[in-house]
Amino acid sequence: MEFFKIKKDIPFMSYGKVTTSISLVTFLLAVFFLATKGLNFGVDFTGGTVMEVHYAQPADVNKVREQLTGVGLKDALVQNFGSSQDVLIQVPLKQNTMGAKLSEYVVETLRQQDASVELRRVEFVGPQVGKDLVENGAMALLLVSLGIVGYLWMRFEWKFGLAAIIANLHDVVIILGFFSFFQWEFSLSVLAAVLAVLGYSVNESVVVFDRIRENFRKMRKTEVAHIIDNAITRTMSRTIITHASTQMMVFAMLFLGGETLHFFAMALTIGIMFSIYSSVLVASPLLMMFGVSREDFIKPEKTEAEEVLP
Amino acid sequence: MNRYPLWKYLLILFALVMGLVYTLPNLYGESPAVQVLPLRSSLKADTAMLAKVEDVLKSAQLAPEVVSLDATSVKARFADTDTQLKAKDVLQKQLGEDYMVALNLLSRSPQWLPDYFNALPMYLGLDLRGGVHFLMQVDMKGALDKALESTSGDIRTTLREAKIAYSGVSRDSSVLTVKFRDAEARSKGEAELKQRFDGLEFSAREEGREFLLLGRLKQQEQVRIQESAIQQNLVTLRNRVNELGVAEPVIQQQGVDRIVVQLPGVQDTARAKDILGRTATLEVRMVDEEHQIGPGGTVPFGAEMFRDRDGIPLLVKKSVILTGERINDAQPGFDSRDNEPAVHINLDAVGARKFKEATRENVGKRMAIILFEKGRGEVVTAPVIREEIGGGRVQISGQMGTEEANDTALLLRAGALAAPMEIIEERTVGPSLGADNIKRGFDSTKIGFIAIAIFMIAYYLMFGTVSVLALGANLLLLVALLSMMQATLTLPGMAGIALTLGMAIDANVLINERIREELRIGVPPQMAIHTGYENAFATILDSNITTLIAGVALFMFGSGPIKGFAVVLCLGILTSMFSAVMVSRMLVNLIYGRKARLNKVAIG
Repeated sequence: MEFFKIKKDIPFMSYGKVTTSISLVTFLLAVFFLATKGLNFGVDFTGGTVMEVHYAQPADVNKVREQLTGVGLKDALVQNFGSSQDVLIQVPLKQNTMGAKLSEYVVETLRQQDASVELRRVEFVGPQVGKDLVENGAMALLLVSLGIVGYLWMRFEWKFGLAAIIANLHDVVIILGFFSFFQWEFSLSVLAAVLAVLGYSVNESVVVFDRIRENFRKMRKTEVAHIIDNAITRTMSRTIITHASTQMMVFAMLFLGGETLHFFAMALTIGIMFSIYSSVLVASPLLMMFGVSREDFIKPEKTEAEEVLP
Repeated sequence: MNRYPLWKYLLILFALVMGLVYTLPNLYGESPAVQVLPLRSSLKADTAMLAKVEDVLKSAQLAPEVVSLDATSVKARFADTDTQLKAKDVLQKQLGEDYMVALNLLSRSPQWLPDYFNALPMYLGLDLRGGVHFLMQVDMKGALDKALESTSGDIRTTLREAKIAYSGVSRDSSVLTVKFRDAEARSKGEAELKQRFDGLEFSAREEGREFLLLGRLKQQEQVRIQESAIQQNLVTLRNRVNELGVAEPVIQQQGVDRIVVQLPGVQDTARAKDILGRTATLEVRMVDEEHQIGPGGTVPFGAEMFRDRDGIPLLVKKSVILTGERINDAQPGFDSRDNEPAVHINLDAVGARKFKEATRENVGKRMAIILFEKGRGEVVTAPVIREEIGGGRVQISGQMGTEEANDTALLLRAGALAAPMEIIEERTVGPSLGADNIKRGFDSTKIGFIAIAIFMIAYYLMFGTVSVLALGANLLLLVALLSMMQATLTLPGMAGIALTLGMAIDANVLINERIREELRIGVPPQMAIHTGYENAFATILDSNITTLIAGVALFMFGSGPIKGFAVVLCLGILTSMFSAVMVSRMLVNLIYGRKARLNKVAIG
């Protein structure tokens, strides 16, 4: 079986202007949503209490809400979680005067009406912790970016490092844009997924770059644009197959992994989709724009000066 | 050209067999168990204790599957949770309070696995086995304030005793201000205080007609106070967690001022919070030496009986000389006269006065320091009073080792000056959710793996099959490594396993595509396989290292669940490099390498 029998190189680079404008627009849209709507940060970052409770029979969410309002927790967010018997309760930090004791208080309140309430999960995060997590997350992002640029600089050339990191940070911003647009909860595991995507989609660029370097050595008389086109075309089959395989695994998590892994897998899905696009259609045009040339890899041969001896 | 030397085959085979051995315990699963730990240092976990536990279980007609002895405890494994709970109650009742009986999980794997290979199943995190995780913040400013507050009392006493006139001592956040009427009194006071309080640095200032002496805690003194506050809180927490009967609690310092407490299997979070948040009290009383403990343990009127850590009973008077709030600090050290290990206690002004009175009247008698927790007292130490002790500086010495001095000092501090702590993070996972999480993580990995396998085999035929086998070897090695390191496996960790497998296939796809490419331009099959592997390797290395960079950064900055994910990601990259390149090459070599004349390979 073979899906990709491409005889001629596809002239990706001549679409360069179109593709970079498309990504510029998506990127700007993502930034726009991030700026106007912001991220729906989960309890990991904002602090507060999240509780998952299980009822023996389908739960009446409105009643739960009323009960909580009755004891002064007006802003508590109550919703079904996974099934009709599971209820998720979120209480923001500012309304919580009891700190870590709140969860017991809530369960006691709920048990007064239905003794079958079972506490499945509690997450309480104080204000100090959330701040640290945001700082650490930002540090991790910075460190990953610098590490990747540094490594690619060492292995290839600074132009490659820069092109790859711009392309992949663009993926990160787009993932964040999605999370902002749909107001999906941005939790600690989503952050982990985002950082994993950063490492993973750089893979993609590296594979293409590897080919570009190889082509520069092999195809001596060819133009730069053609060299890049050839590299992309020849790695395309691998790109699609690999991502399809990874995506199968991620889909399994998305559909079977339960609520906890759902958004983790969602972030990975978006990241995988865009990393195909960006490594091919953003990183490579950027590389052209930075003026990559054969001389970056092959040192011009020194012509030895002849000496005239008396 | 596609042949490995024998040693390479053997090496790969060895790695795979090892992988299998260490993966095995995970396949057997775990059963409910009861763990019995002696709480007193005089009691050892030995064969006698093993026999005792067996006897108790036998007489209660509870049949354990296995009863085993390890360095610190006796463990008994049961078929179901019902028997386990019954056994726990029976054992706790029969063995008494000298033993802790905790619920635990034990691997069902055959005995030779742990015995000869030390092979244990992966250590499941709280989100998979259920339990509570607390992050507690120690109030460092509170600890410093408290230290400074008690110092201000000591300064008053010192000045009074030295008969130096002063008009007031006050504390304003981190500065102590002593007011004097004239410069002469101040310089005398400064000399005296400098000599007594070497943890403070003093500076003089005039304000209007008042002569001020300002005292601040020295930097190293602040560090010392903070460190000892953390240490003492750790000890206190450890003692308290023992009461909860948790099999494998984790109590660790995190950063400068935080403590992580993890209690696997604990469901009653309210009780856990109560016990962790409780303050212990310390009391100093006189030992009742006029009476004896009557036959049958009857205690005479006006006295109470307490035991020390080793269970030796002591008769103590009911009236309290002073309580733990009066103790500012307790440090291990050495007796200045004979250099024997000692504990130095520092009392506050009120405590010092009371102590002086009590010691004056009771020279030659014994006093007891008792630690109360959960309404139960335990004698920490019971020294003899040699002379009247004034000034609030008490030294306990004689017949103790350095370690004992350390322990006693910690216990004295633990009871007295616990810096306030607050729970700033809690994560509780019920056991049913934990089981669900395991199932979900396992199912998604399984389904994903099967999907990839079908696709790869259909697309690359024989080479696809090789890739799938290599991916299987990857999973085997990754699980084996995680079990060997006993790294904590969390739900994000399971996601990491799945993701690693999804990403690991990349290496094989790269190789297979390269081989196809070579074949397409007419290279003979043996040569195509060889160049395919050679050319793909550089790319595989580069792309894996970038992912590794992300993994390491996640590990460094990630907390809790993220760290688990990062560990799996990093290890997964290493195992996938090995399996995708070495294992798959070995299989290809075995299948095709031996044929001298190879015209066609099945790569689709």
